[in-house]
Amino acid sequence: MLRFVLSRLISLVLSLAAASLVIFAVVEVIPGDPASYMLGLNAEPETLAALRRDLGLEGGIAARYLSWAGGLLHGDFGTSYTYRVPVADLVSARLWVSLPLTLYALILSTLIAIPVGMLAAARRGGPADFGIMGATQLGIAVPNFWFAMLLVLVLAIRNPWFPAGGFPGWEKGLWVNLRALTLPAVALALPQAAILARIMRSSLLEVLGQDYIRTARAKGLSRGAAVLKHGLRNALIPVMTILGLQFSFLLAGAIIIEKVFFLPGLGLLIFQGITQRDLIVVESVVMLLVFAVILVTFFVDIAYAAIDPRLRRRR
Amino acid sequence: MALKPLVLCAAMLALAPGAALAQRTDITIGMQLEPPNLDPTGGAAAAIDEVVYANIFEGLTRYREDGSIAPGLAESWEVGDHGLTYTFHLRGGVTFHDGTAMDAGDVKFSLDRARADGSTNAQKALFAGIDTVEVVDPLTVRVTLSAPNSAFPTNMAWGDAVIVAPESAGNLATAPVGTGPFMFADWVQGDRVEIAANPDYWGTPPALEAATFKFISDPTAAYAAMMAGDIDAFPAYPAPETLAQFEADPRFKLLIGSTEGETILAMNNARPPLSDKRVREAIAHAIDRQELIDGALFGYGTPIGTHFAPHHPDYLDLTGLSGHDPDRARALLAEAGVAEGLTLSLKLPPPSYARRGGEIVAAQLRRVGIDTRIENLEWAQWLEQVFKGRDFDLTIVSHTEPMDINIYARPDYYFQYGTEEMQTLMRELDLATDPAARSEILKKAQRVIAEDFVNAYLFQLARTGVARTGIEGLWQNAPTQANDLTGVHWTE
Repeated sequence: MLRFVLSRLISLVLSLAAASLVIFAVVEVIPGDPASYMLGLNAEPETLAALRRDLGLEGGIAARYLSWAGGLLHGDFGTSYTYRVPVADLVSARLWVSLPLTLYALILSTLIAIPVGMLAAARRGGPADFGIMGATQLGIAVPNFWFAMLLVLVLAIRNPWFPAGGFPGWEKGLWVNLRALTLPAVALALPQAAILARIMRSSLLEVLGQDYIRTARAKGLSRGAAVLKHGLRNALIPVMTILGLQFSFLLAGAIIIEKVFFLPGLGLLIFQGITQRDLIVVESVVMLLVFAVILVTFFVDIAYAAIDPRLRRRR
Repeated sequence: MALKPLVLCAAMLALAPGAALAQRTDITIGMQLEPPNLDPTGGAAAAIDEVVYANIFEGLTRYREDGSIAPGLAESWEVGDHGLTYTFHLRGGVTFHDGTAMDAGDVKFSLDRARADGSTNAQKALFAGIDTVEVVDPLTVRVTLSAPNSAFPTNMAWGDAVIVAPESAGNLATAPVGTGPFMFADWVQGDRVEIAANPDYWGTPPALEAATFKFISDPTAAYAAMMAGDIDAFPAYPAPETLAQFEADPRFKLLIGSTEGETILAMNNARPPLSDKRVREAIAHAIDRQELIDGALFGYGTPIGTHFAPHHPDYLDLTGLSGHDPDRARALLAEAGVAEGLTLSLKLPPPSYARRGGEIVAAQLRRVGIDTRIENLEWAQWLEQVFKGRDFDLTIVSHTEPMDINIYARPDYYFQYGTEEMQTLMRELDLATDPAARSEILKKAQRVIAEDFVNAYLFQLARTGVARTGIEGLWQNAPTQANDLTGVHWTE
């Protein structure tokens, strides 16, 4: 087991090093100069040069890579060119919006998808199943920004029950923030719930065809009890896998919803960083996300190995 | 059980008149772009001045809403030595938000800092003519110029020329400290900046106690936020297609004014065939300005015939010189020998006046036989390719700096004109202190660049804003990029 963990750890470090090189190289080749973006049309050449010196943009690409990667090693993500504050502060502030929003959306989508998927599986071929399958098809097809605008129109403008967007900040209390995050969370949750419900349905149907369900029924359990006690647990495994993928997707991938609801989230930070050529923000945030994904994969690998001893002996 | 709603009703009735009388003393202003930082002396972004100008920071002089120059921290000034020296008399009893006194030393520091070698001031040219800055006494500063410059008091009104203190100058980007009627309170990056009234302000205290600038980049979201009441005013409202709805709604009023944004179809004067004046003239005649304003800006905008703001007293209406005349355009192209198959690149930055306008300009050019290759660029790409690299034939951009006709004297400027004639004119302008002589020179310069068809002059960008009906005192015009809240108050 120890050797397996060690070998995974080495591959983790190597992937991080490779990722940092690729990210840096890709971001640095984007044409555009942060200094000229900041100083605009009337700036004189020596003013631009002075700002580039201040920002640490002078010097070779290799030297700049080493100083950036060296900083990362001891947790220094650098200072944003445009905001002039540490990138770490920006990211942590954005996480306070993105993380709760992601969790809120995932909870909503799970709460909708699992019962709905179970219902469809239980009533397979019936009108409820047809209705649910049709509705989920629609849920996947509807673009979430369009749905978001519809929500704003109906629930914020016609009936001012929710704010049209924005994020007051957690120091203003839990309730106002939950209210502010509700519409975006619903807009994000709907397509995810539709996907999840379909996975839930097919996964449960597959489980219901298994021998152990027949055995459970044969030993006298009711259909409902067999599904709940023996079926559900097994059917949830693929659902959990999808949920995990959706989590990392939503964390930084909610850019459009963040734009519609003007939420200062992680996605919008990357987007702004790219338009303003705040390259260090882009590099550091992307690196952080890569680190999160690689770390999760590492733990999943270890967990699989812990469950299934055969995996430890391979390679 | 039945008592509860009754009590509530009574309580509400009792409260209602009081609530109606109490005027709001806070305001939430919507802005499309977030300032990258809050230091007006270290960046060109319009959003910086839109938050801090006249609110947090003040200069020796300042812009009024109508574009005229008023005394700021300098109560008065004298011009001496044939326009070479300016002696500014500062107001007494002015303090910075950190409590330190503002005096002549701070003025000298601010001006010297802006023009120093390693300075990152985006408008360094404003200070280029300064030879020395001397402290005469704590409330008097004498600035000596290397050559007379009658525009010097105007230069000092720019946001880039505000007075800062040596104690706080290093941290202005995130903790701005000025002398204005409002103090910086909080900045939630990506979301909002909050400012609060300065109790020790030297002038008339503002009616507002607090103000929030909220950043909403998406036009549809801006509409929703206005309609839902999350935003009280959006002075540079980004969704002109919905203005009619706000006009019809009694809860809102429109603020339509002018800006300093001359919007031009810039042409690369150094690159054939645009180096041929006849081709440039043909392009100018191919454009139907009114169609462009109606199609791209929903009718808000004023046609211009030269690079000058129409609301300025010295403006010359030269639109007739380049009136819409496709036949003449075709004839000129034939004369220049490029009638067949001319294809030009048209590079468009992100603002909607450029993107929407670009489509219409392309269609108008096609009608006279010019094909365009439209390329949509981000700002950073535009700066790199067009502005710095001069790799373009045509581009549409709004020049928002006030009084910037002098860019036509710079041969290295991106459209690469800068003739001797314009350079001489601009030198004369700097030396002219007599208003009538200045006006004469400005008019001559307008005529020169119009007759040379340097660029196709399209329209003056309008400022289209929306506000709740009860708000008074917001600037309707934008002589400089600012949301001056000094005189803003609620009437209901």
